[in-house]
Amino acid sequence: MPEPVLSIRDLVVDFGTEDGVVHAVDGVSYDIHPGETLGVVGESGSGKSVTVMSILGLIPQPPGRIVRGEAFFKGVDLLKVNKRELREIRGKDIAMIFQDPMTSLNPVFTVGDQIAEAMEVHDSSLNDDRLRAKAIELLELVGVPNAQRRVDQYPHEYSGGMRQRAMIAMSIANQPSLLIADEPTTALDVTIQAQILEVMKTAQRETNAATIMITHDLGIIAEMADRVVVMYAGHVVEVGDVGTIFHRPRHPYTLGLMNSLPRLEVDERWLKPIPGQPPSMINLPPGCPFHPRCELFQGREACRTERPPLDPIESQHHRAACHFKHELKNETSKFAQEGAAS
Amino acid sequence: MTDPNLSASQPLPQKPKKTESSISQREKSEGADPVGTQAAELSTVYEEGLEVKARSQWQLAFGRFLRHKLAVASLILLLLIFAAGIFAGQIAPYSFREQVPLDARLAPTLEGQHYFGTDVLGRDYFSRTLFGIQTSIRVALLVALLSTLIGTVIGSISGYFGGWIDNLLMRFVDLILTLPILAVLLVIAALAGQGSPTRVAIILALFFWTTLARIIRGNFLSLREKEYVEAAKASGASDMRIIFRHMLPNSFGPIIVNATLIVATAILVEATLSFLGFGVQPPTPALGKLIDDNRGFMSSLPWLVIAPGATIVAMVLCINFVGDGLRDALDPTQRRLRA
Amino acid sequence: MFTYILRRVLYSIPVLIITSFLIFSFVQISGDPLNQVRQIPRVSQSTIDSIIERNNLDDPFVLQYVYWVQSVFTEGFGTTLLSNAPILPDIKRVLGNTLQLIIAAEILAVVLAAIIGVVSAVRQYSIFDYVATTFSFLGFATPSFFLALILQITFTNIFLATDTRIFYTSGLSSAGADNFLIDRMQHLALPVITLAVLGIAQFSRYVRASMLEVVNSDYVRTARAKGVKQRTVVMKHALRNAMIPFVTAIALDFGALFGGAIVTETVFSIDGMGRYLVDNLGSRDVYPVMAWLMVTSVIVIVFNLVADVIYGYLDPRIRYD
Repeated sequence: MPEPVLSIRDLVVDFGTEDGVVHAVDGVSYDIHPGETLGVVGESGSGKSVTVMSILGLIPQPPGRIVRGEAFFKGVDLLKVNKRELREIRGKDIAMIFQDPMTSLNPVFTVGDQIAEAMEVHDSSLNDDRLRAKAIELLELVGVPNAQRRVDQYPHEYSGGMRQRAMIAMSIANQPSLLIADEPTTALDVTIQAQILEVMKTAQRETNAATIMITHDLGIIAEMADRVVVMYAGHVVEVGDVGTIFHRPRHPYTLGLMNSLPRLEVDERWLKPIPGQPPSMINLPPGCPFHPRCELFQGREACRTERPPLDPIESQHHRAACHFKHELKNETSKFAQEGAAS
Repeated sequence: MTDPNLSASQPLPQKPKKTESSISQREKSEGADPVGTQAAELSTVYEEGLEVKARSQWQLAFGRFLRHKLAVASLILLLLIFAAGIFAGQIAPYSFREQVPLDARLAPTLEGQHYFGTDVLGRDYFSRTLFGIQTSIRVALLVALLSTLIGTVIGSISGYFGGWIDNLLMRFVDLILTLPILAVLLVIAALAGQGSPTRVAIILALFFWTTLARIIRGNFLSLREKEYVEAAKASGASDMRIIFRHMLPNSFGPIIVNATLIVATAILVEATLSFLGFGVQPPTPALGKLIDDNRGFMSSLPWLVIAPGATIVAMVLCINFVGDGLRDALDPTQRRLRA
Repeated sequence: MFTYILRRVLYSIPVLIITSFLIFSFVQISGDPLNQVRQIPRVSQSTIDSIIERNNLDDPFVLQYVYWVQSVFTEGFGTTLLSNAPILPDIKRVLGNTLQLIIAAEILAVVLAAIIGVVSAVRQYSIFDYVATTFSFLGFATPSFFLALILQITFTNIFLATDTRIFYTSGLSSAGADNFLIDRMQHLALPVITLAVLGIAQFSRYVRASMLEVVNSDYVRTARAKGVKQRTVVMKHALRNAMIPFVTAIALDFGALFGGAIVTETVFSIDGMGRYLVDNLGSRDVYPVMAWLMVTSVIVIVFNLVADVIYGYLDPRIRYD
């Protein structure tokens, strides 16, 4: 496999709160390779957003604190560069799309201005006409109708879906090599979601960028991702390509996730949720973070005291952090059982 | 192992980060529960230190308040000052009008208990200040009470019924707020109502209710849409019942905070009115009047102006700190930007 | 944009009319305007009669209102009840003085509050922030008359000790001053400071809160993610949004300054609107009082209008209302 575009190694990020220290990201490592779409799945609080935000320097410190770790982007450790260099990379080589397009655009500036700003900040040689022309081009690319007129409108005059398209346009304006989308469709209607995913695919084609797709929606992962990273309570619990993760997950959490999804074609009497609650991030249980809810735990010491390493299963491409993952060898998720296509 | 009661919504459960901790989190996601009717939280016991204690709303708020040392210290000082004022009759070494000509023009001293000094006529200012505090308290508390009542009634009606009633009332409020308040108060006081603390209090209350009304109205407007109000309506509850039982308790926090701040403002305005001569009339003691009486002697007897003035500042400062602490204690979900 | 302004202007007119009616009825209701006069021992019945005659005081209420409105336009608020002196020249004079005071105070307050507020927000929890917050809390707790008096004592003592005048502690100007402007500024300095302090205390908290909210908003996060410089983020993205409520607050607060001026002018013996009101209230002369209220209302309403217009300019969401 070619060199990863971004390589996160053992990242630890803490937050100081009134009630104690939250280990939002607790030893997270994963890679993303050029051109691929990496899905990062997890519940709220799993640390999936904080991971990428801290790499880009978007976490306020205090109360946040990057305790340790490395994040190599094209050979440079983003956690060690100075603010100015990081700023030059943000929005140009690495671009980010946020969750809520309603609030992510500044209400007092036109959409065109904001897209132009993304370009102008990194290349002050561009004149106003050029910037405007480029902005219109981008808006057309992402499918905003009537781009010539729309470019001078304000965000409140756009619909939710259009705003997100504009956000995507803004993010690819400088042809980034890495695109990070943090729950880009969560705030949108389901029908619009599909459209936006299409727009994202267009954006990817245009830029050949690698994409990190952060979401809690497994449907989106199935649709968009090549590989998947599963996170829980600030830890990576499983990594693999999308087919493997869906059909033959080897971490009890991932398996639980897959099995908790309702199937439309099958008559199920009860849904199978994962029992228990997500942990309090301040008082994390020692050892494996998932063990209080885990089927495999069964009172075993190892789970309670030792943090399971992210070890390969049969190959480097599929890894899971569980002491007893081999016990899942013959388990397949219900997707595989029904012979669902990858 | 699978408990159908523990639901997981599709796709993945979206739970707030700190599910087991303070109720404030739940308030944020589900809409505030009525204070007092909120049952204690379920306690969930997990292995190794994931235990959570059950605590009621009020206890949580009280705990939060105690954490603000400044607020607590201010509360203590405030209570001391208030007690001094309330019991002025018992504590004051001299009566309000008593003159001891031999002791005139004394700087603050321990002799003869003239802690704040005496004026040209030999009146003891410590005593006079104490009585002044008493008047301030009387007026301010009455104002707070009346304004809260009026504001709550109007705000509730406006917010609950909405529509043209709301429009009318709020325009009316806007109109009132249009004019400079002090000026209007002066005019009213001059033409219609100086004299007793009660009268002054009523006049002040006629203007102080507006902020509270706005807040409650805002609260009600948003609460109206909540499901439990619709449910109550559907089950036939009367408007009154809905207002009192379901919606008003929700607003207790802001009401308390606002009422506290009204007390502070009332003290300031009453002092200003009496300074200008349009407030509480002599012989009733008033801090503002005490200062006005001695304006001419500022160079020679400055403490006669400073002592009552400092008292006002101390009271209002403490009330503001306490109010700030209360605001944090009762409504921590608001992103509070405090001292 | 134009229709927005037009609508706002049209809306103000009924407000003005209602306000005038309210002022009139309210003042008239609070008692017989001639109360004070009747109590003066040497006033004869015929004097009282002529006063009644001249001011139409025995006509029905509504008619009196009409006469009064008429007098506002034709005679410039007419004449005082007691001495039959024209009101307009007095009002013009005192209004001019007070406006100098108020406008200077407002500008000072706005500029300082904006700076303090923005810096406090950007450097939250720093020493600057704590000092500014302490100052604000003190500002809220100090009645303006007390502050005025303290300033008076201080500068009087400075003068007595050093024999140099930094600021004057009373009046609007000294006779025979070399430089009129400097002299006026020296006289107005303390009153302006007194008036401004409360405004600074209040507004700096407001700006701080507004900035903090804006600085933590999603669109600021987007701007940062785009690679915009921190300073630009604050000055361009954050400030522009934070100013919107601030501007409205300033304009709306203008009315309160008239109230503050009352106290300040009393303490510093300034011949302004405040003093005018207090004096006429003292003698219970209703016509000047009504004139005062009317003039103040007009100014306040105009300022509200200005605030609305500026708000519409700053916030594009409002324009298409």
